[in-house]
Amino acid sequence: MEGSPLLRQVAHQRQALFDEGLLDEQFVQLEELQDRTNPNFVEEIVTTYYQDTSRLILNIEQELERRPLDFGRLDGYVYQFKGSSTSFGAKKVKAECSLFREYCRAGNGEGCMRTFQQLKREYATLKRKLEAYFQLARQARLTQTASPPG
Amino acid sequence: MATAGEVFRRSLTETVGQVCDDSSSSSELHVLAVDDSLVDRKVIERLLKISSCKVTAVESGTRALQYLGLDGERASVGFNGLKVNLIMTDYSMPGMTGYELLKKIKESSVLREIPVVVMSSENILTRIDRCLEEGAEEFLLKPVKLDDVKRLKDFIMKGDGKDGGETRILKRKQLDGYASLSSPSPSVACDPSSPLMPSSSPSARSSKRAKLRNKD
Repeated sequence: MEGSPLLRQVAHQRQALFDEGLLDEQFVQLEELQDRTNPNFVEEIVTTYYQDTSRLILNIEQELERRPLDFGRLDGYVYQFKGSSTSFGAKKVKAECSLFREYCRAGNGEGCMRTFQQLKREYATLKRKLEAYFQLARQARLTQTASPPG
Repeated sequence: MATAGEVFRRSLTETVGQVCDDSSSSSELHVLAVDDSLVDRKVIERLLKISSCKVTAVESGTRALQYLGLDGERASVGFNGLKVNLIMTDYSMPGMTGYELLKKIKESSVLREIPVVVMSSENILTRIDRCLEEGAEEFLLKPVKLDDVKRLKDFIMKGDGKDGGETRILKRKQLDGYASLSSPSPSVACDPSSPLMPSSSPSARSSKRAKLRNKD
């Protein structure tokens, strides 16, 4: 059972998330908090993270439509986005948030909008790759529990 | 571990005041976690549960004060739920900040003995200083790690700095050292019911800040 192609694929895909800079050490901390008594902890956090951040994306979009831009409010939302991303271990997304905040502080509307587009792209990539990874991991768990014949 | 339990129980009574005996008799710490971020609340909750603490997580300073029985003018003796042994609060929250919550707790004769730890994702020295000056036990940089929680728990369980409480004694020294440098106002870092250490040099304060600064 160990070293099965599926498990190797799962491990490989997981490693890729780190190698590509999508996730950092914090995500590993979260994985380590998962155990038998709380076997769905990571996925719970992921779901919560998506909930949190999708709301913030809407808020930011609304803010970016205001004229004039309220950089203070904008920064407030991005700060929350960055905070959640930090706690989750979303490395690239967090970096985009930092950049976004710089533009907010500089009162640079164009920079804000450009960075927001980048942020959304990174976020979408993260979601996509995480979903693929979790799906594969679930599949692997299912095939493991079904005991093979002989 | 009976000795540790006794020490803990005694220092609990000292710090929290008269405790109803029908409240939990276990030696588990009850931590009140305050954070507006749902992700962070879930993470801190998990960290604390893994460290065998009871957790109550709330989303704002206002809610925290309500839970502690401090909403309105009078503190109620019959708290909602169990006595709180430690409060961990985020610094930046809408409405009441963690700093404001800290102040309110330290201004309350009923609650001021409860240790408060402030958490923040931003490593801002003036912010750290303000919190320590106002009586925070510790300032943690987010994301909070399991080691941070374990260290906190040990610190609280050791109570009045017996056995191996070297870190605590050192920190107390640093806080006192800082206190002697800052304003003479009585609402300072020192907890009057715990043994005061002789004040130390300013270098103690900067070494603590340096430690926080270097943490990444």
